[in-house]
Amino acid sequence: MSATRPGHKPKCKRCRNPAVVQLHSHHTAFCRDCFLLYFQRQVQRAIDGERMFSREEPVLVAVSGGKDSLALWDVLQLLGYRTTGLHLNLGIGAYSVLSRTKTEAFARERGLPLLQVDFGAEGHAIADVVGLTRRPACSACGTAKRHHFDRIAMEHGFPVVATGHNLDDEAARLLGNVLRWDMNYLARQSPVLAPSHEKFARKVKPLFRLSEYETAVYAFLRRIDYVIEECPNAAGASQLLYKDVLQRLEAEMPGTKQNFVLEFYRRARSQLFAGNLEAPTTCSRCGLPSHRPVCRFCSLLDEVAAKRQGVRPLAQTSS
Amino acid sequence: MRVVLLPSREEVELRGGCRVGDLLRELQLLPGTVLVIRDDEMLTTEDVVNDSDTVEIRRVISGGARKRNPLC
Repeated sequence: MSATRPGHKPKCKRCRNPAVVQLHSHHTAFCRDCFLLYFQRQVQRAIDGERMFSREEPVLVAVSGGKDSLALWDVLQLLGYRTTGLHLNLGIGAYSVLSRTKTEAFARERGLPLLQVDFGAEGHAIADVVGLTRRPACSACGTAKRHHFDRIAMEHGFPVVATGHNLDDEAARLLGNVLRWDMNYLARQSPVLAPSHEKFARKVKPLFRLSEYETAVYAFLRRIDYVIEECPNAAGASQLLYKDVLQRLEAEMPGTKQNFVLEFYRRARSQLFAGNLEAPTTCSRCGLPSHRPVCRFCSLLDEVAAKRQGVRPLAQTSS
Repeated sequence: MRVVLLPSREEVELRGGCRVGDLLRELQLLPGTVLVIRDDEMLTTEDVVNDSDTVEIRRVISGGARKRNPLC
């Protein structure tokens, strides 16, 4: 830690003013202005280093109303990128109402364009889907989110979709994939997922170099009003257990998460997956790219419709 | 000292006159998993908190910051 002794206020590594944030994984500390500069540089380094997008390309930013996605939207604006927000109203009770309110306020105060999809109006509010199908909430939610990210990007002509996944998200996901040796998911875990089909947009994660703590600090110092509450469906999710384990490792061995994720991207991934991923075909129902005849989202809608009508879905009756 | 834990909104009364790092240890929280805020300003682990303070401890790791503390 830069200039930190017990009982002594740490100083900013860059300007030597009193620090307000300590970054143990980097053995450093920053004042407000220098931290914000550091954060912007990390994001710019991620965008440039991974060739995520150019300043000419319109970027669709997936915004939930949480700290990560709003911090991402904020920093991309400051860096001068062309951004439009996309908020998915998931239909998870008061949590979704609060999320939409915070997102709309953020966009309104900054004069930023915001697109929205209302899962309830589309007939698949997550609360209903989970109640009807008994699928894990995070699984159903993820399937629906990915579908709408692709659909909206395609319909509005966005070549790239940016999400607020941070270093902790990537580390937890990587740990989960390694524990299961899920080679398919490992192959697809990347800060940039190139479109595997002409209809797909490029998926990018400009915050992948920054920890969840750092995005929270950024959001606080930039006075971003975000949703502090957690999704009620997240309790017990395995990803949270992985994060907890990784956080304990990080406390004992600062830099562990960063090495785990960044070295996977830099060295291991290319060694493991030299070949191209199998290209998807097209879903016979919605027309979006899919690795199956009927994509996961349309299968989910089939299941919901069948449950509402009190009959077993085709996929279940045929098995 | 009044300590408000977010997002649970639980409140606990603790003795002040200690460093933030000591406070987090007492609550069994890891420094990189929470923001510690007093009077709308972030505190470092070296800052001292006093009996008259109201301190907000905001969890930043979604669901994963807790060690064993039932309060947060």
